[in-house]
Amino acid sequence: MSWCCCNSVCTSSSRQLLATSDLSSIPSRVSNVGLKQKRSLCGVPKVFAYYGLKTPPYKLDALEPYMSQKMLEVHWGEHHCGYVEALNKQLEKNDMLYGCTMDELIKVTYNNGNPLPEFGVAAQVWNHDFFWESMKPGGGDMPKLGLLQLIEKDFGSFTNFKEKFIEAALTLFGSGWIWLVLNREEKRLAIIKTSNAVNPLVWNDIPLIGLDLWEHAYYLDYKVTHSSSFLLSAKRFFLMCLSLFPLFSQNDKANYVNVFMNHLVSWDVALGRMARAQAFVNLGEPKIPVA
Amino acid sequence: MAATASANSLTSTFLPRQGVYGSSHQSIQLRTQKFARKAGSGTITAKFELQPPPYPMDALEPHMSSRTFEFHWGKHHRAYVDNLNKQINGTELDGKTLEDLILVTYNKGAPLPAFNNAAQAWNHQFFWESMKPNGGGEPSGELLELINRDFGSYDTFVKEFKAAAATQFGSGWAWLAYKPEEKKLAVVKTPNAENPLVLGYTPLLTIDVWEHAYYLDFQNRRPDYISIFMEKLVSWEAVSSRLKAATA
Repeated sequence: MSWCCCNSVCTSSSRQLLATSDLSSIPSRVSNVGLKQKRSLCGVPKVFAYYGLKTPPYKLDALEPYMSQKMLEVHWGEHHCGYVEALNKQLEKNDMLYGCTMDELIKVTYNNGNPLPEFGVAAQVWNHDFFWESMKPGGGDMPKLGLLQLIEKDFGSFTNFKEKFIEAALTLFGSGWIWLVLNREEKRLAIIKTSNAVNPLVWNDIPLIGLDLWEHAYYLDYKVTHSSSFLLSAKRFFLMCLSLFPLFSQNDKANYVNVFMNHLVSWDVALGRMARAQAFVNLGEPKIPVA
Repeated sequence: MAATASANSLTSTFLPRQGVYGSSHQSIQLRTQKFARKAGSGTITAKFELQPPPYPMDALEPHMSSRTFEFHWGKHHRAYVDNLNKQINGTELDGKTLEDLILVTYNKGAPLPAFNNAAQAWNHQFFWESMKPNGGGEPSGELLELINRDFGSYDTFVKEFKAAAATQFGSGWAWLAYKPEEKKLAVVKTPNAENPLVLGYTPLLTIDVWEHAYYLDFQNRRPDYISIFMEKLVSWEAVSSRLKAATA
């Protein structure tokens, strides 16, 4: 998961910046990279680079009509941005956490289940980056190649996996996330639900897909509409007609989760993540054909 | 299920109920229980009913929109009540009061499946009754005295309450509660469906900080929602009468 953060230390004599990590390694999609200068107590300038808000790998209207532009503007532009700003503010006060990668920051602040104050915001920054990248315009459909084989091996069939994923999503109470992960120890895929900001990195598992189930993720787009209500305003009626949702179910969360699976999830990205995961997890001997 | 008058017409004006502000949490159990005799079978089943808030759905505009009520009460609260009834029907939990149900299903921290629905049904009713049209202002009388005594000043209490509500990460509630053993007031924040009943405290005031409570009106601006709640919505009469019942 790419991030931008660099640690710089000045020598008191030269007052020059010695960057401990190369600024050119910052991915080009990162915006809002800020370099701020602060005077330390002895007057030597210290430079801190802060985390930036990454843009999703598609335009904000690219997921319409399944996830509206308005939804993304609020979810990414306010929630996700808010988490990034809050994280930067907290890190400003805590020197000990500088120099960590985002993954390290999450594990360290998770503190084996007694999370430090920075954990919530740090994890939510990561989670949302992961979430945007878990979706794509024209998503859904089915996974392919090795990922499909692994899903079929560990869940019986893709249909069965999909049912279990949706069931997990619908039985999560409160705010949280649903993940498809590669369990490192058991070397198999698993569906995991987590509360609030927790993510599978804290257990050293490798996430392949993440779905945001905080209410803010679907509230603007997927509110229920009672068919018996006479209150439909003209605007809402118009939006209903525009909507291409196949089912107008009474359950907004179910609608959102189904749409995610059918139209948004990026199996390409999941496949890439799984390929990378195989560098760390031995999923078995390769099949060498016998001549 | 006996139909509640307001079930289908979400815009109806709800008749103000008698004695709402004079109720302790005990009397909520009486209003939410209704015994219905099944035709022919001679079985009595207790079913909880979705009670309407004690004011019309548009009465808290513009601070809490009628649209929010449509979803928050009409969908979320209704679902908790309906699902609770489904879960307890025919089990040994059937027939208990809502408060008993909460304590039993909390199961000392290892909650049983019905806990979430039971607690959320109770929490939401308590929440509607914690607000009123033209609410806000400041408390008075014994309540204000206790607040000054236990928090130093009303302003300090407000600060603490707002901070609890703002820092409850994820879904949850913030409360002003009375601790009967210490005979003191306290601000408490709880995650998800938990409430001070399970801690042995007497709740006096609550604010819902699940995102569904403020998303339509405030999006992610939870602090603004909390401020508006304190300035324009809180029913200090309800809080005072709950305190009176608790200290009686």
